[in-house]
Amino acid sequence: MSDIVDYGSGMWNSLPPLVQYVTIVTWKVLFVVIVVMLTVAFSTYFERKVIGSMQARIGPNRVGPLGLGQPFADVLKLLIKEVVIPSRSSKFLFVIAPLLTLTPALAAWAVIPLNDWYVVANINAGLLYVLALTSVGVYGVILAGWATNSTYAFIGAMRIGAQIVSYEIAMGFALVGVLMAAGSLNLGDIVRAQAGGFSHWFLVPLLPLFFVFWISGVAETHRAPFDVAEGESEIVAGFHVEYSGVAFALFFLAEYANMLLVSALTAIFFLGGWASPFEGWLFLDNIAGLAWLREGSFFWLAGKICFFMYTFFWLRATFPRYRYDQIMRLGWKVFIPITIIWIAVEGVMAWLQVGPWAELEIV
Amino acid sequence: MNRAISYIKTFTLWELFKGLWVTQRNFFKKSITLEYPDEKAPQSPRFRGLHALRRYPNGEERCIACKLCEAVCPALAITIESEVGKDGTRRTTRYDIDLFKCIYCGFCEEACPVDAIVETRIHEYHMESPGENILTKDKLMAIGDKYDAMISADKAADAPYR
Repeated sequence: MSDIVDYGSGMWNSLPPLVQYVTIVTWKVLFVVIVVMLTVAFSTYFERKVIGSMQARIGPNRVGPLGLGQPFADVLKLLIKEVVIPSRSSKFLFVIAPLLTLTPALAAWAVIPLNDWYVVANINAGLLYVLALTSVGVYGVILAGWATNSTYAFIGAMRIGAQIVSYEIAMGFALVGVLMAAGSLNLGDIVRAQAGGFSHWFLVPLLPLFFVFWISGVAETHRAPFDVAEGESEIVAGFHVEYSGVAFALFFLAEYANMLLVSALTAIFFLGGWASPFEGWLFLDNIAGLAWLREGSFFWLAGKICFFMYTFFWLRATFPRYRYDQIMRLGWKVFIPITIIWIAVEGVMAWLQVGPWAELEIV
Repeated sequence: MNRAISYIKTFTLWELFKGLWVTQRNFFKKSITLEYPDEKAPQSPRFRGLHALRRYPNGEERCIACKLCEAVCPALAITIESEVGKDGTRRTTRYDIDLFKCIYCGFCEEACPVDAIVETRIHEYHMESPGENILTKDKLMAIGDKYDAMISADKAADAPYR
């Protein structure tokens, strides 16, 4: 047995360092992508189940035990459907638009730290990278709406373009507050700056920014109640009205991957990412079997992401769709002033060393 | 003062949280879905489904071709032709019900003086080709013969209220 291990490690060590590096990174990327894809598949199932429960229905329960096979049945159905390309569309753009939407949604996962050491690309400008990629995502949607050459799709694309650009500003300003508090653009360092249990999370000193960031995140992913871009009762399906089969599946995947991304980002920026909420409870060490509660791990991050995904579904089941001018008003006249005021409050309070702001290391 | 309260309510998202609380409460309630092919809703003995023509216990057909059902039918779904048979009684030679016209009001059943035409509980039926929507006399008699026990039981259950 040990011979085989020695042989294997010998083979591995004989490889050039670049090949070793590429192999490790590829496996890391594959792991993240597969986990994200599976989560996306099951979040469609849980969305239908959660909304069903809230409306006194059952939700999918026919395919497999408890209906758990439903996402795979959906995927299979979409894969064997024909992709119809409208004859008067811009064909090249029509085909690459779904890819342009999905790629940034997945690429942004490169800088998300899953726990203390697992992050695909530990870059110091992680926060900027995330902001940049969420902005790139809008190109795919606008191109899809334009290339389709349909009025409905075009209206949807224009709406979504204006909406994402508007909410990006509020989102960016909310992140300025996080940046001031953490003193770093590296997502891992932002989480480490929140060490010490839930009273040390940025949620406490930056509560209004948390709400602004989260609601902007819902608007960024164009989910209900901000789904005017799809608005099935007004403009059929918005930008993806002419997409079918695999092309539609890609849009669908991108939307859910974006939801997961926004959930993960909110957890990392405001709820301490992989950190445990009970980190400061030293007495847990004395109780047998509970010491692990103090340790940060991937499961805490997963739990926080699950909570935010649930909130996405919850909002969708509760609120009616915003009118378009109300969305613009909320973004420009409410969120941006709130974030600017709170950044000032944060700075002054930290300077005066008051309350929860006293702990922030603002220099 | 009211203005201040409304401002506070706006900035604490009070109304939104109230709405979220309503959906969250319903999330924990039991769902009221009836899983139809596996579970079925209870039916009344007066249920008005597919039609049938009945016989007397001695095998003689009840219908006397009085055409009251044809007259009362608001959708003009019933067509009857009749002549005098060998035994000197009046009998139908044709009794057609067009299921596409029928509105399942049950007036034919109410009008019938001899309880010949009835509507049964059968409601899970379909047609596969054009023309099958016309229920002829043979088909109606066949349905009546097949489901005689069920029809009699339903009539008996409803008798005290008539």
